[in-house]
Amino acid sequence: MFEASLNPQIEISSAMASAVLKIVNTTLDWVTFALDAPSARAVVFGVHIDGHLFVEVLLLVVILFLLSQKSYKPPKRPLTKKEIDELCDQWVPEPLIPPLTEEMQSEPPVLESAARPHTVVNSKEVVNFASANYLGLIGHEKLLASCTTALEKYGVGSCGPRGFYGTIDVHLDCEARIAKFLGTPDSILYSYGLSTMFSAIPAFAKRGDIIVVDEGVHWGIQNGLHLSRSTIVYFKHNDMESLRNTLEKVTAENERAKKLRRYIVVEAVYQNSGQIAPLDEIIRLKEEYRFRVLLDESNSFGVLGSSGRGLTEYYGVPIEKIDIVTAAMGHALATEGGFCTGSARVIDHQRLSSSGYVFSASLPPYLASAAITAIDVLEENPVLLKKLKENITLLWKGLSDIPGLSIASNVESPIVFLKLEKSTGSVKNDLILLEDIADRVLKEDNILVVASKRSTLDKCCLAVGIRLFVSAAHSESDLRKASASLKRVVALVLRS
Amino acid sequence: MIAIPYLTLLTTYFSYGLLFVFGHIRDLFRNITGWFSSNNLQGYAPICLGQEDFYLRRLYFRIQDCFARPISSAPGAWFDVIERYSNDNNKTLKRTTKISRCLNLGSYSYLGFSASDEYCTPRVVESLKKYSPSTCSSRVDGGTTVLHNQLEEYVANFVGKPAAIVFGMGFVTNSAIIPALIGKGGLIISDSLNHSSIINGARGSGATVRVFQHNSPSHLEEVLREQIADGQPRTHRPWKKIIVIVEGIYSMEGELCKLPEIITICKKYKAYAYLDEAHSIGAVGKTGRGVCELLGVEPADVDIMMGTFTKSFGSCGGYIAGSKELIQYLKYTCPAHLYATSMSPPAAEQIISAIKVLLGEDGTSRGAKKLAQIRENSNFFRSELLKMGFEVLGDYDSPIMPIMLYNPAKIPAFSRECLKQNVAVVMVSFPATPLLLARVRICISASHTKEDLVKALEVISQVGDLVGIKYFPAEPGNQQQEEKMLKLD
Repeated sequence: MFEASLNPQIEISSAMASAVLKIVNTTLDWVTFALDAPSARAVVFGVHIDGHLFVEVLLLVVILFLLSQKSYKPPKRPLTKKEIDELCDQWVPEPLIPPLTEEMQSEPPVLESAARPHTVVNSKEVVNFASANYLGLIGHEKLLASCTTALEKYGVGSCGPRGFYGTIDVHLDCEARIAKFLGTPDSILYSYGLSTMFSAIPAFAKRGDIIVVDEGVHWGIQNGLHLSRSTIVYFKHNDMESLRNTLEKVTAENERAKKLRRYIVVEAVYQNSGQIAPLDEIIRLKEEYRFRVLLDESNSFGVLGSSGRGLTEYYGVPIEKIDIVTAAMGHALATEGGFCTGSARVIDHQRLSSSGYVFSASLPPYLASAAITAIDVLEENPVLLKKLKENITLLWKGLSDIPGLSIASNVESPIVFLKLEKSTGSVKNDLILLEDIADRVLKEDNILVVASKRSTLDKCCLAVGIRLFVSAAHSESDLRKASASLKRVVALVLRS
Repeated sequence: MIAIPYLTLLTTYFSYGLLFVFGHIRDLFRNITGWFSSNNLQGYAPICLGQEDFYLRRLYFRIQDCFARPISSAPGAWFDVIERYSNDNNKTLKRTTKISRCLNLGSYSYLGFSASDEYCTPRVVESLKKYSPSTCSSRVDGGTTVLHNQLEEYVANFVGKPAAIVFGMGFVTNSAIIPALIGKGGLIISDSLNHSSIINGARGSGATVRVFQHNSPSHLEEVLREQIADGQPRTHRPWKKIIVIVEGIYSMEGELCKLPEIITICKKYKAYAYLDEAHSIGAVGKTGRGVCELLGVEPADVDIMMGTFTKSFGSCGGYIAGSKELIQYLKYTCPAHLYATSMSPPAAEQIISAIKVLLGEDGTSRGAKKLAQIRENSNFFRSELLKMGFEVLGDYDSPIMPIMLYNPAKIPAFSRECLKQNVAVVMVSFPATPLLLARVRICISASHTKEDLVKALEVISQVGDLVGIKYFPAEPGNQQQEEKMLKLD
């Protein structure tokens, strides 16, 4: 009975199995037949096409399809409004200025009269060595007379940039006078000494140009270089060997150097150290390596050279060899503003593309007429230059034997720069010491000297020191008093 | 936003296209002839590269006589313009001794202090005799006089801040202060039409600079939110600080800044606000204290206020006003204070006297009269121009009125025709404005009388008809004026 119930099931399953087997066999036969069909046996290029080739081709197609799919990227989720709100709430800015320290609280001396060699500070008369009044023209009657006429005729300001009715005939006269004095084709006036260099450099140098510059240049030039976005290479302060090596390296590295504009920027008398640049050597190097020279003559115009025409006259170099000469007029010429001079092409280009000229109001007319008068006075009285040179030599002699301080400036520079023989190690401490010396000299001996200050934005790393600006109007007794006082105070301060 | 009429746009493009084509053809000839002549600059790259001065040589020189006109008298309401002539097609201009007396609609002398003034000039001459034109030294060395300290006090009081610092030039003020306040790791957000000195300062500081659409507080908010959430580029660290820089009156558009909204946004997102009031200090506001007074913003809400003395006070120089600590810090770090020659003492005296006149401390009411006069003059002139059908930009109460020209040929035409009738105007075109949007910019002064303004309007209307710049129909009624104001915004 048991066998009888099982038997039909086994029979049915075996029948099903045989049926399935038969179907599979028939399918296989069909497939084999299809694959072995005559077309499949064709010979293409001497290769037998067998059935399995189709399967392989199909597989290849599938692989290619998968490869061509883009890789999986998780979907981008931009920040929601709420998240941005949270971030904005959490953000805490730094205070606008860092907390004030003690040295930030110091106040400069306040003058109560004109900045002549004898001036009044805190109701006491002091000898003034802090003004760059090299020719003693502050308070000169001719200057004051021409300024008064100009003030009464034109008012104080010029109320407009040069392009929009700010050009007054005194500006044009001043530019012509300066060009005549220096022997160049043309010149251009700027309304502020500091802005002269940092407007002129970006007008002639753009991204990709190469500028080789002395490491001791003042902030105006540094800012101009930064704004021009060119490649800047520094060389050691006033070291011609280093300049030669730098020029060599720069020309060797850049094969495209022929198509780029290349400049050397130097100052005639460096404000940060009082050194004088050796112009003849620089001109030789410039002609050898084919660079252009930009010269800043702020502290040498009206000082160096037998008639005050500056560094080019001092070294006997024709001024056409310098491509661009700039100068601030706030030194020897006892007025404000600056000028730039060079060939006609150079000057014309600046009239449209120099930002400090185009986008700024022009120089007040009375200052331009003061400049014209100052140049006239200089040309008529070359004795002023002689007096200045004598004073510089006297002061140099008096200050050269102070124990603890050494003179870092050139023997003929109108800025006498005294630096510490042994630095304390940090600029801050040096400055504290030097300012202490300057303070005592002012309080005890009534002599106004200043320690050179350095801004946090300044990249110059030369030593700080005490600067004395010599003027042609200083008398011998002034200079002797200064040397004696400095000797005494320095000995006092450095001993303690 | 300025909407250019379609036909004008086409003709302007056509004109510029023609000028460029002719310019390039001439350049081609120049290169060919230059190739033959000897070049003594062997081995040197030319100092002005090829395309840089294309605009100068081919477009600007044609109309050079409209710019840089020299004058030989003080820039008051009427002045003497020197005539010039040219022998070589406007490439070089030579002076003659002939002068023509013209009405001055171009100088920035909003309160009329530009010429010799009965109160200011004697005092200035006195201070000149006492302190001489320059101190020849920087403020920290030996260049601080009693006048400078007095000036800083006066300016701080006038503007409404605790302390101020002054410099000898307005351009240098921006270029040297912004790097001292912010450096790498900071963010500067400035208006798209800011002045070149602000752009210079922002670039010199090393901070990241982002621009927001001109005078649009909503876009400023968008940019702020995005930047704070994103952080510094590439590292995504949070910003060290954010400064937003705007101007009081924009000199090429004559528009007032939307200050209250912008200050609210700055406060909400903890950004510092820097306001450049070069054109608005002294010229707007009931007592001349600038846009803060006009728009009702507390000076204490603006962190740093900057301004210049060239425009309204008839002198030269710039100032920054802020809290005492800020000014002390700037006196210690700012390179313009440490290295540049200090401001000329007579110029400082002029500003002190001008402020005294404005505040009425000279014993007369001239100051108040001047302030009322300039407001009246500007509004009268603007409404008349709008009535005539000119397209004038800017807001009421602002003394600057740009009239749109668009077409490059109209620039010299308008200028020369006006000069023939003894009215001196200022043309502004590329690069100070976008290439297609050339304009005439009128600056009204308190020293213009009603007759001067009426004459000016006559001449401008005549020349406008001749040149064809009355883009809107002339309307007599007041109501339609309001509608037009909305269209211009």
